[in-house]
Amino acid sequence: MANKEQVFDKVKEIIVDQLGVDEEEVTSEASFIDDLGADSLDIVELIMALEEEFGLEIPDDEAEKISTVHDAVEYIRENA
Amino acid sequence: MERERVVVTGMGVISPVGSGLPAFWDGLTSGHSGVGPVTRFDVSQFSTRIAAEVHDFDPLKYLEKKEVRHMDRFVQLAIGAAQDAYNDALLSDVDPARAGVAVGTGIGGMETLTEQHETLLARGPNRVSPFFIPKMIANIAGGQLAIRFNFQGPNVTLVTACASSGSALGDAFRAIQFGEVDVMLAGGAEAVLLPIAFAGFCAMKAMSTRNEDPEHASRPFDQERDGFVMGEGAGFLVLESLSSARSRGARIYAELLGYGRSADAYHVVEPHPEGRGAAQSMRRAIYDAGIDPEDVDYINAHGTSTMKGDLAETLAIKSVFGEHAYQLAVSSTKSSTGHLLGAAGAVEMIASIMAIMHQQVPPTVNLDHASPDCDLNYVPNRPQDRRVRVVMSNAFGFGGQNASLILREYVP
Repeated sequence: MANKEQVFDKVKEIIVDQLGVDEEEVTSEASFIDDLGADSLDIVELIMALEEEFGLEIPDDEAEKISTVHDAVEYIRENA
Repeated sequence: MERERVVVTGMGVISPVGSGLPAFWDGLTSGHSGVGPVTRFDVSQFSTRIAAEVHDFDPLKYLEKKEVRHMDRFVQLAIGAAQDAYNDALLSDVDPARAGVAVGTGIGGMETLTEQHETLLARGPNRVSPFFIPKMIANIAGGQLAIRFNFQGPNVTLVTACASSGSALGDAFRAIQFGEVDVMLAGGAEAVLLPIAFAGFCAMKAMSTRNEDPEHASRPFDQERDGFVMGEGAGFLVLESLSSARSRGARIYAELLGYGRSADAYHVVEPHPEGRGAAQSMRRAIYDAGIDPEDVDYINAHGTSTMKGDLAETLAIKSVFGEHAYQLAVSSTKSSTGHLLGAAGAVEMIASIMAIMHQQVPPTVNLDHASPDCDLNYVPNRPQDRRVRVVMSNAFGFGGQNASLILREYVP
């Protein structure tokens, strides 16, 4: 799989688009709900977009564990 | 029980003939129409290829980018018109528990429905958006408005097809009359300029096919009329108890005096041939207002430009008003705006109030030769200056559902 920076940049791009936040807000530690203003529906939509982009199927029980940008990037690097 | 008097203290409109009150009134009285070729999608296969589109609406004027993605166009339009009405009324410090919302929409989020249905067919159930349902359901405009303005009182969405926002205004009127709330944000929105909706109305042969001459296609009461022209847009009003409006020194546009409603109980889409339901709706509104038919100066007609509908409404007006039918002015502003379906009642209520403000009746444009059986003063092509104290606004819907509202110049 692509290197960490490439994955992070792509994830950031999707988050900026979907959550309507500024690029600077999307740090590795940022929590989708607490820092990026996402609600439960936003997270479902975000997971779908990541699945599309990286050709993944993320099971619900795995998706529930993804709460920060870092979590998403790591999951993608391990599974894509 | 003593009823509260109800007044209008704010208005907002987004229409194909102009958005914002001054542009809207200029559009209605200029003699022009907002009808043109459909630009939203490829209409080459459709028998009707014209519509009244709103071209000047930018949702980002009212909403964040993310909010825009999560709202159907009909909700975006509702928020635009409602925000303008809210600002116009200079509302602030409203008690959230004493403020509510009433919305009329004929259809709701059909664009979202079609998009997500395509996703389902092309990419499977796991790609349908979690926002699909809360973007599409007809009552979501009301939900979004409550969230936006923190109005925690009654919140209803009325679906009576092209009478929807008339019904919503009537419901809001009652909520204030009966002391349930002090303020209601009430109106309607519609945005179904979509291939599927167009195909359905084309199949019914309900829409004008004057494709080569769109400007003149919406021609209520004219002998050459051949169907309605679909439009889109939104209108919202701030209704308020007189005591609330007075206590905060609000500007009062007009008093809402009466509401009538009825059903044709006749046919799914055709009006009763003698306008039975329309007449009953108008009679109930007059009775509710506590006035005489002779007090009505102007009727903003439903007048959609269909052969049967315009005749039935004319017959109904004659049966209710007798000889006075020939004294009052009747016009259909749909000749300018096209037919805004569920938003029509509220947008035309605003036109009616502006007729009182300007002491001028907006015209029925494109009325070159009235049908022989349509023989009232329909205010052809040019506005008429006249004393306008009391106005009735009619909205009738498929399903045979009718709403009539009566407004009066505000007199303390």
